[in-house]
Amino acid sequence: MSDAVSPSRPLARLNPLKDQRLWALGVALLGASALFVFWGGAWRSAYILELRVVKLAGLLCVGSAIGVATVLFQTLTNNRILTPTIMGFDALFLLMKTILVFVAGVLALPVLGATPTFLADTTVMILATLAIFAAVLRRARHDIQLLVLVGVIFGLLFRTLAGFLQRLLDPSQFAIVQADMFATFSGMDQRSLAVAAMVMACFFLWLASRYAVLDVMALGRDQARALGVPYDRLQLQILAAIAALVSVSTALVGPLAFLGLLVTALTHALMRSHRHGLLLPAASLISCLILVVGQTVFERVFSLNSSLAVVIEFCGGLLFLFLLARGHIK
Amino acid sequence: MPIAYFATVIGLLALGTGSLFLGAQDLSLPQVWQDPGALQLIAISRLPRTLAALLTGASMAVAGVIMQLLVRNRFVEPGTTGTNEAAMIGLLAVTLLAPGLPLFVQMLVAAAAALLGTLGFLQLTRRLPPQQPLLVPLVGLIYAGVLYSVATFIAYQTDLIQYIGIWMSGEFSGILAGRYELLWLAGILSILVYFTADQFTLAGLGRGLAVSLGLRYGQVLSLGVATVSMVSALVIVTVGTLPFVGLVVPNVVSRMMGDNLRQSLPVVAGLGGGLVLACDMLGRVIRHPYEIPAGTIFGVLGAIVFLTLLLGRRSHV
Amino acid sequence: MIEISNLSYSIAGQQILDGINTHLQRNQITALIGPNGAGKSTLLGAIGRQVDINTGQIKIDGEDLQNITPQDQARLMAIVAQHLHVGSRIRVVDLLGFGRWPHAKGRLGPQDHFIIQSALAQFDLTDLENRFLDELSGGQRQRAFLAMAHAQDADWLLLDEPLNNLDLKHGRSLMAHLRQMVSEKSKSVVVVLHDLNFTLAWADQIVAMRDGQVVFAGPTTTVATSEALSDLYQTPIELLNLNGHFFAQYHR
Repeated sequence: MSDAVSPSRPLARLNPLKDQRLWALGVALLGASALFVFWGGAWRSAYILELRVVKLAGLLCVGSAIGVATVLFQTLTNNRILTPTIMGFDALFLLMKTILVFVAGVLALPVLGATPTFLADTTVMILATLAIFAAVLRRARHDIQLLVLVGVIFGLLFRTLAGFLQRLLDPSQFAIVQADMFATFSGMDQRSLAVAAMVMACFFLWLASRYAVLDVMALGRDQARALGVPYDRLQLQILAAIAALVSVSTALVGPLAFLGLLVTALTHALMRSHRHGLLLPAASLISCLILVVGQTVFERVFSLNSSLAVVIEFCGGLLFLFLLARGHIK
Repeated sequence: MPIAYFATVIGLLALGTGSLFLGAQDLSLPQVWQDPGALQLIAISRLPRTLAALLTGASMAVAGVIMQLLVRNRFVEPGTTGTNEAAMIGLLAVTLLAPGLPLFVQMLVAAAAALLGTLGFLQLTRRLPPQQPLLVPLVGLIYAGVLYSVATFIAYQTDLIQYIGIWMSGEFSGILAGRYELLWLAGILSILVYFTADQFTLAGLGRGLAVSLGLRYGQVLSLGVATVSMVSALVIVTVGTLPFVGLVVPNVVSRMMGDNLRQSLPVVAGLGGGLVLACDMLGRVIRHPYEIPAGTIFGVLGAIVFLTLLLGRRSHV
Repeated sequence: MIEISNLSYSIAGQQILDGINTHLQRNQITALIGPNGAGKSTLLGAIGRQVDINTGQIKIDGEDLQNITPQDQARLMAIVAQHLHVGSRIRVVDLLGFGRWPHAKGRLGPQDHFIIQSALAQFDLTDLENRFLDELSGGQRQRAFLAMAHAQDADWLLLDEPLNNLDLKHGRSLMAHLRQMVSEKSKSVVVVLHDLNFTLAWADQIVAMRDGQVVFAGPTTTVATSEALSDLYQTPIELLNLNGHFFAQYHR
């Protein structure tokens, strides 16, 4: 049987390290990072250097988190136009954050340090995601559009609920929540960053052993199950991973809706492949590149600070509509 | 049908009366006769507030139902088609470029911007495959998101962010006599819609069928889009927009009595007004003496109702 | 009479109709036949102004279609499309009411109600009149739209594959009803048909199309030959004469 259908050319073993495009991206990212850190002779001041390195680390963390999360999400939903944010993941984070702050206030818990707070946020986020999306998935698994629309409405619901709770908070509590409401790349906490990097490293290691299965999952649930992949279990695990990555990036900089879309569109255009072994690294590299270059241009050239997020959102949204108008969205 | 009309009228009367006596300062019936201050409170604050909630809810529900018939999709409303966001961009522009214009003129600019935004959305939906009805609201939400990010960017650069917050959260606590009268215009527009109800129902059956029955489809489309844009702009400048009103109310009514607007429009308007008023009253009670905006309460309740509709919907609808 | 001259239509670079010249006679049942993708539905749509033609002219009783107002046209011709996707929840009786729109503009008088009731009875829908369209089966919905076209009471009836979804009984009764409207009320019917046997049994005239062009046209009794039909469908078709009625045999 296998002889009868064996392809004329044996399937090349995938080795991302041999892909020139990935190397090129890596080199470009390295160059952009160096430019970001050393622009304007920053090596003369250890203080500025440290600030910039921390910020760069943050950008890289957020970039790869968003790139990977979006690719995973698009694989799960079999759809190239969706991002976790459209499904309300970041709104859920905001709600969870508000609830935590609210509960802590009611129970008069001491204000936790940045790192424990970060860990608590992420854990609660993963649990909440699993609870909600597992329940919704059971109802709407067969209809991906329904699933997404439900996600969108959940997003609106979470946002409104969060807004409602925020009205009940006192000003000092509200300040804690407000910090997470808008995307900004300044003022990231160093220790949280370190924890975030570790959390993400764990997930990436976990993913690295599974990228081949992801290729099969991209065929869709029925097909994947027919090929013997325990789709439902993996789906939950991947949802949890997405939740973790989104909460990492949201906790660090705030919600970014369309960056992921921009990234995956570019990734698919560049890689022309459906193999996750290539897609995942490419997506995280491209995502980091956009953030680092964007931030360099904005900070150094235009001396604008936190409007990069808005511009990325705008470009990503325009790209979406462009893809739609070109009929790429089905 | 008469039962639905009857229930609507009774419900509105009960809510309206309740609303007059509910608030930070409690009123009772005898007081109104004896105390001129109480009567004044009703005339200046409570009555305008009640009317504003009713007019807002009714006209937004009507705008929602028109949008749904024109797009031929159950899951759209001005809030998910970029109409509101475009209106906000228009308002921002007028605030920045020509501050001090009368509110009515500001509203007209906002309505013109809303019109452009809605037409853009209609243009986009033409390219969508008709077999996937849920793609329409999805695209609409993202389109709205893009427009919203434009609005936020402008507002951010010009320190007008708090304006966006006000326009986005519908609230009636600031309504006094003299500050809500524009809403009557929205009410009048809704009544005008009732006189053309058949044409909108026909348009909802699809362009081909409508045209073959002699409907001037283009005219009805323009009329509908203009009405929706005007209503959205009016509501935004006076009280701020409320999510889900235009989505939930028409869907609920359609379940009960179908989409023949001639029959269902009064109930759509009544239910819209009633629900918004009820949410406003709830907002006055929950955290007495503070107030929770009606938009917040409707957002939570509306989302839950809408999710039930979505997940509970029969497969063929 | 509907005269069609030099009618062409293309969409996205694809020629759907290619220089159609033909005429459709009053007081007849004219069947549009031909293989899939021949352009039959597009031709029907062009006559009913559902598609905007690129070049050419359609005249109805000597008057250019472009000069007729939509209202007048709706009184002149009723069209029932092939795909009857309706998103809104409308009751059957309300749908038929909209069939009276070109005449009553929404203010239905006793005469209109009489016509609606008789259309309901005619199409076996009286029991279903208060049902919503989305609660009907495909065949029932088809009948509802046919009844609406009937209630429109236009001179011309344009039907795109009306037999789709209809069972034997309702298919036959529809064709008999069309025949009756032609002979008793001097209506004219243009109908896209896929079933050759229905065509042979009921059509007075045939317009046969392939690749956007008219292959042959004329009275059924003269043009519907075994050779012509076999050539049209590119498949062997035998005509059998059974007691004076012709049957097409192409199944095996």
